[in-house]
Amino acid sequence: MTSVPMTQSSATESPDDRGSDGPYLQVEDLKVTFPTQDGPVTAVSGLTYSVEKGKTLGIVGESGSGKSVSSMAVMGLHDTKSAQISGSIRVGGTEVVGLSEAKMRGLRGNSMAMIFQDALAALHPFYKIGGQLEEAYLVHHSSASKRDARRKAIEMLDRVGIPQPDRRVDDFPHQFSGGMRQRAMIAMGLINDPSLLIADEPTTALDVTVQAQILDLLQDLQREFNSAVIIITHDLGVIAEMADDVLVMYAGRCVEYGTTKQILTAPEMPYTWGLLSSIPDVGASTDARLIPIPGNPPSLLRPPSGCSFHPRCVHSDKVPGDLCRTELPELVPASSGTAHLKRCHLADPVGVYTTEVLPEIAPELVEETR
Amino acid sequence: MFAYVVKRLISGVLVVTLVSMAIFLLFWFGPSSPAQPICDRETQNRCTAAKLDIYEKTLGYKNPVYEEYGKYVKGIFVDRTLTIASNDYECSAPCMGVSFRTKQPVKEELVSRIPATFSIAIGGAFLYLLFGVPIGVAAARRRGSVADKALVSSFLFISSVPYYLFALLTWLYLTITFEVPFFSDTGYFPITQDGPFKWFSGLFLAWVALGIFGCTQYTRFTRGAMVEALSEDYIRTAKAKGLPTRTIVYKHGLRAALVPVVTIFGIDFGTLLAGTIFTERIFEIQGIGWWSLEAVQGRDLPVVQATALFSAVVLIISNLLVDVVYSVLDPRVRLS
Repeated sequence: MTSVPMTQSSATESPDDRGSDGPYLQVEDLKVTFPTQDGPVTAVSGLTYSVEKGKTLGIVGESGSGKSVSSMAVMGLHDTKSAQISGSIRVGGTEVVGLSEAKMRGLRGNSMAMIFQDALAALHPFYKIGGQLEEAYLVHHSSASKRDARRKAIEMLDRVGIPQPDRRVDDFPHQFSGGMRQRAMIAMGLINDPSLLIADEPTTALDVTVQAQILDLLQDLQREFNSAVIIITHDLGVIAEMADDVLVMYAGRCVEYGTTKQILTAPEMPYTWGLLSSIPDVGASTDARLIPIPGNPPSLLRPPSGCSFHPRCVHSDKVPGDLCRTELPELVPASSGTAHLKRCHLADPVGVYTTEVLPEIAPELVEETR
Repeated sequence: MFAYVVKRLISGVLVVTLVSMAIFLLFWFGPSSPAQPICDRETQNRCTAAKLDIYEKTLGYKNPVYEEYGKYVKGIFVDRTLTIASNDYECSAPCMGVSFRTKQPVKEELVSRIPATFSIAIGGAFLYLLFGVPIGVAAARRRGSVADKALVSSFLFISSVPYYLFALLTWLYLTITFEVPFFSDTGYFPITQDGPFKWFSGLFLAWVALGIFGCTQYTRFTRGAMVEALSEDYIRTAKAKGLPTRTIVYKHGLRAALVPVVTIFGIDFGTLLAGTIFTERIFEIQGIGWWSLEAVQGRDLPVVQATALFSAVVLIISNLLVDVVYSVLDPRVRLS
């Protein structure tokens, strides 16, 4: 595969040049509320995280936990009439909360790009793949010619591993296979060499072998472009392979945050334990049972009082009094390190994890720790 | 594509043949003798059994039905001579019979009336789209707003009024009450004889009535299709690329929303081309619609037959065109 030199965007002023110190993306106390007929729905609340260039943040959680909503807020994709966004989102040093639509448009697809799940629905069915890529390039390179854009589109298709890109560039999305469509999506997202790439469940609709190829491709491209990547998923396998840091979301809040190693090996929040318990393990004996998290994600219209996970939490009886029901736990440093944050009232989460949770999900590891 | 069109044309010819047979049989085996209307007319309603017999014999109604149908079909390709009572009428191919009222070949009158009907249809359909699509798009972009709700409900009101009443009221108010200058003298004036201004002013009110009534429907179609298109994932993708709103709404949204609108439009346009009875009658335009109405009232069987066949042909062709255009608009559609 030929390596394609990426030209730095020259048509629009890139915020990359300013404020290059510190994480590329900084989200602070983000809150997203949708007013509905039944009252305001707070889909994301008090969310703080940052991603450096070259690093990958994985955001995990169930459907409706606010993963996609928070990322769409970063991209400015919410309708300003129907979503109220507060807090701070800094992209390459530029504050994007409250930024004018015209300036936001200059960042979108240029400094930051998003690739979506289900590429068949996310690509326009009536336009050729090449046309859609060219459009993404031309909108941020007003001086480029149609021919430049086409050459660039073919280069990008080649880069993401589409065979015969000079021919396939004239295909329509429905003529591509599912994996190729997702590759084309990625090519479109990266065509302007963005510093931040948000991948919203990029492998959800694909079969497993294709999933692995797409993840490899994303990693290759990240190394090449040195971009900050956010990968949104509910698949902890994807997290284990891709992410440097992990943000676990529940009911619109961050409930645990840490390095991938910390989250996967020493989680301290019962919801994270639940996620880990519900992964099938290829190495386990066939009669080992998956342990689902009981209940359903809460309604964001009337979220539970106190800790929003308490109605589903099997460990809340270990917390004295009504604390879980009455008081929202703060996001505090966990015991495994300062960068590891958790939102839980449990006094001794490590003890509960090693004695009760670990024997259920990975009995072989219990022996090693003892 | 070519093979598909040929296949559809062949099946279209088949359908037209079946329609012509059905019409022929309906008149042949109708409640009264097919010669009764012309006998009544020619004898000033003193048609005796003996006279009726003469008409039936000369018109061929004494022969077996297949034989007469055969002659009718043959007349499409070869000149024939028709005999009514004691008179002979030359009818050149494609012969569609001779009008019982005017004794003129039906084909010639049909051809002479096509420009009027097509003028109404093209102008009215143009207004459907000219007003329907932009208003629909505007409503979809402001969906849920007061303006949108007011528009949708007032258009629903207009389109729930019967069309003949709407057209009649339009005519009454604009020509009688307000006497709108230039346009009150409605009718069809051939552009080649009377010039474009006379042609335009004669048809203008008909277009307005047809266009306003029809565009309410198109506003609703377009609005619905547009609301759906704008909620699609690819619109979010377009926004994420950093495209300007105008490009997102028109290039990505409207492009997708137009497909169902064009489909309905093709069928509606075909219906208009087949003759607009109310519009032509109310605005006194000598087109095919009015002609067919007169033929039914005057029991002019050959003319009724011809207008029915004409609308069948027009509808079959417009349906075929809709399918072809559909495959051009939506690359996912394969014609086969």
